[in-house]
Amino acid sequence: MSTIQRDMSLTGQPPASINTIQKVGTVLGVGGLLILLLAGFNLNFPDKSLWLSIALTSLFGGIVVFTYGAYSGKHEGIKNDGVWFKSISSRGFLAWVAGLALTGFYVILYFKAGWLGLNTEGENTGLIALFDPLSNLLSGNPASQWFVYGTLYTIAILAFGIKFFWKYRHNRYEKLRTLSVMFFQTAFAFLIPEFMARLNSDSFKLPYYDLKNIWPLNYYNFEQYRVDEFISAGTIGITLLLFGIASIFIITPILTYKYGKRWYCSWVCGCGGLAETAGDPFRHLSDKSTFAWKVERWVVHSVLVFVVVMTTAVVSTYLGYDPEKYWLTKDVFLIGVGIFLTLLFAAIWFFKKEELQQDARYGAIGYLVIVLALIGIHYASGSTLFLIDAETLRSIYAFLIGAIFSGVIGTGFYPIFGNRVWCRFGCPMAAILGLQQRLFSKFRITTNGGQCISCGNCSSYCEMGIDVRAYAQKGENIVRASCVGCGICSAVCPRGVLKLENGSTEKRINSREILLGNDVDLMDYVNQH
Amino acid sequence: MEHVVIVGNGIAGVTAARHIRKHSDKEITIISAESDYFFSRTALMYVFMGHMRFKDLKPYEDHFWTKNRINLKNAYVEHINTDSQTLHLAQGEKINYDILVLATGSVPATYGWEGQDLKGVQGLVSKQDLELLEKNAPNNEVCPKAMIVGGGLIGVELAEMLHTRKIEVTMLVREHDFWAGVLPDGDAKMISRHIKSHGIELLHEEELDTILDDGKGNVAGILTKSGQKIDCNLVGLTTGVKPQIDFLKDSKLETDKGILVNRMLETNVKNVYAIGDCAQQREPIGLRKVVEAVWYTGRMMGETVAQTICGKPFEYDPGNWFNSAKFFDIEYQTYGWVFSTKNKKEYEQHFHWKHADDTKCITIAYHNETGEFLGINTFGIRMRHEVLDRWLSEKRHIDYVISNLKQANFDPEFYKSYESQIQKEFENKKTLQV
Repeated sequence: MSTIQRDMSLTGQPPASINTIQKVGTVLGVGGLLILLLAGFNLNFPDKSLWLSIALTSLFGGIVVFTYGAYSGKHEGIKNDGVWFKSISSRGFLAWVAGLALTGFYVILYFKAGWLGLNTEGENTGLIALFDPLSNLLSGNPASQWFVYGTLYTIAILAFGIKFFWKYRHNRYEKLRTLSVMFFQTAFAFLIPEFMARLNSDSFKLPYYDLKNIWPLNYYNFEQYRVDEFISAGTIGITLLLFGIASIFIITPILTYKYGKRWYCSWVCGCGGLAETAGDPFRHLSDKSTFAWKVERWVVHSVLVFVVVMTTAVVSTYLGYDPEKYWLTKDVFLIGVGIFLTLLFAAIWFFKKEELQQDARYGAIGYLVIVLALIGIHYASGSTLFLIDAETLRSIYAFLIGAIFSGVIGTGFYPIFGNRVWCRFGCPMAAILGLQQRLFSKFRITTNGGQCISCGNCSSYCEMGIDVRAYAQKGENIVRASCVGCGICSAVCPRGVLKLENGSTEKRINSREILLGNDVDLMDYVNQH
Repeated sequence: MEHVVIVGNGIAGVTAARHIRKHSDKEITIISAESDYFFSRTALMYVFMGHMRFKDLKPYEDHFWTKNRINLKNAYVEHINTDSQTLHLAQGEKINYDILVLATGSVPATYGWEGQDLKGVQGLVSKQDLELLEKNAPNNEVCPKAMIVGGGLIGVELAEMLHTRKIEVTMLVREHDFWAGVLPDGDAKMISRHIKSHGIELLHEEELDTILDDGKGNVAGILTKSGQKIDCNLVGLTTGVKPQIDFLKDSKLETDKGILVNRMLETNVKNVYAIGDCAQQREPIGLRKVVEAVWYTGRMMGETVAQTICGKPFEYDPGNWFNSAKFFDIEYQTYGWVFSTKNKKEYEQHFHWKHADDTKCITIAYHNETGEFLGINTFGIRMRHEVLDRWLSEKRHIDYVISNLKQANFDPEFYKSYESQIQKEFENKKTLQV
């Protein structure tokens, strides 16, 4: 319908065009990227500290200058003008270029780190060598491809966090949330693990541990080498190991009960942090169809089952058989897992059966049967647990889910599929938190009586692809497993209809046919029939 | 099987269809010449501004209609014969009905201005209006300057839309402040200042006299009643809307401004109902106008008429008045009745509070003798419908409302709250009065 140009030029007519300050910002940022690219092509910069500083500063500065150009001198308020006209945010030419570049970067990062200059023997070269000075400063070690990635990731969250902060400066919820993800990325994901590495010596070694990265998102947390390292590191190590277990079994359920999964997904998590900051311009690209929702439910819960099976298999391989040596034997563990899953299932079935849709019931039963059958087959036949060798299972998971899904597709395709593809379709942590949020939580998005005009801003800007409007126009609260509580639906609503709240679990889900405002008798009559 | 035909696929007609389907097995057909599928008219502005695509305005996916066995027909109804219960469509086709629901909505109201049919003169109500606007004002090269006639809700939306394309906008506003026929002066003045702060020029106490021709059938400018001549390339006519009932001229349906209906939403002809913007109540309901072109009243009439059609007769009984809108960056909500300074009832007393930053204010109306809470306008502060609706129904005292205001707040978490400021100011003003 629009006659605004959709060609490949960077600037079109208002509101798609960018101003002079934004152009300066673009030049600065691209300049920084160019230095990194040249280093990637093995250009050996003479003074690496200097050139790394220049590159990172201009990258960071470029984004901030661009932001200044975009939002300074404008009123506080929603800034979505031209979103669907701009090439970068409407799946235009620039979006495809950015998507392919990011995807390519992820492929190289995960599978061809050598191309970036990682040398198994001898010193780093290329891009990774450029980051050596910073890595040495922090941890005392030379850089790895993950250090390069972590640094760029943190800069993205910080710089685009400033952009997001400025864009939503009228909204305190958004500001606090953004400060939170910026803090957790910088401190927990980036700095603390590097400093922890400084504590390591020949006799003492802690695994690299981002404390907020909880199993099953951190699918490798309970692998043998890490558990061995934790145990051999004495009290600190044991504490960290226990913290890792408590994170998922105690801390997570409590916080999710009180605040919904948002406490993690849009306040703490690193994947969420990037999605909410660098990914914010792409949030409207998520698929809102009921079909996509169905795919989401099956895929994300299948990943969850996969990670449970994989972790169970991996842990069981390094547990012993002799209860005399250590109480936690392979048998105790496997039977324990079986009992735990059965009890969990029974509890959900007993308390919340009515809230499960048909396909959720089939899925839950099906998956429970599969997991129990696998354990059963193991005992009946004595064959390898779960039919496939645990290490094979682990490497399949690491490749398919850990690398391809979360990195290449999840982040590389931000400009095409939206910024939460991984969180929505792939993240097993989100699946667990989602179950808790849907079934056992005080969190909901409240709909404000009869004020909704079905405009669709809420659905459009929902990064998780929730058709928020479908609930709001019925006057029904939004209680969805996938909601990460970013608060943008509430922010973009022009009529003040939506509010994120933690309240009583009574009447949290209020199915309605007739909205407030109409005849009170009619409301009672229709809503009860 | 009874055939229910609904003319108009806006919120009123579509709500009626959905509820009839829920409660019956009748055959349902919705006829519209505007669009194949129901869309949210109130969001047309966001398509022009690039916030959404047109397809994002559709509240239901296309498969919804087949799944719910609701037939959609894209056609224009030219004439209705209520004796033979037949609709005559523009292509010569005829459709028979057993029950007819008219939900034809509104068209822009015009007042016979000279030049109102020139190219570049338009309203903003339908999908076609939006398409026309893309032709008339695609950018500030084709359309450097626009004039908007009428300072109401659609006018300010049009101003915001054109502003995103850096088109210079002037608004002709009949009152001394923006929407001052509806808003109390304190509210209206703040909104006027806010609109101006976005670079929109407001010409107050000015009315349109003539639209000028450039000699080729295009708009060249306008003449105001005070004799000002202003050049422009687009004239947006946003002086309100009127029921779309022209096609009923030769029918037996009784009409005035709109199609006359009783509280059951029945017209004077059996088996014919009218709902939404095109309906006119024979007797006003409370202080409401007899024709209400509001999104939610359309929805409520649809809900009500569906019950009646499905054998459970209900009178249309909209509860307490409420509404909302957004003026550029400032959200507005209203619950109960707060009339403008000019149109205030003799018993109506106003308490006005405004934040120092000039983007938030409230006006509370109450009875000057009994102290009964009559209504509240809020700007830049969201309120909870349920709570205010209850207070209005319970006829709470103004003191109760002021001291419990926090309960009614609906702002996002962590927002600053202003209740204590408001309470303090209310106490101060009260002492001054005593």
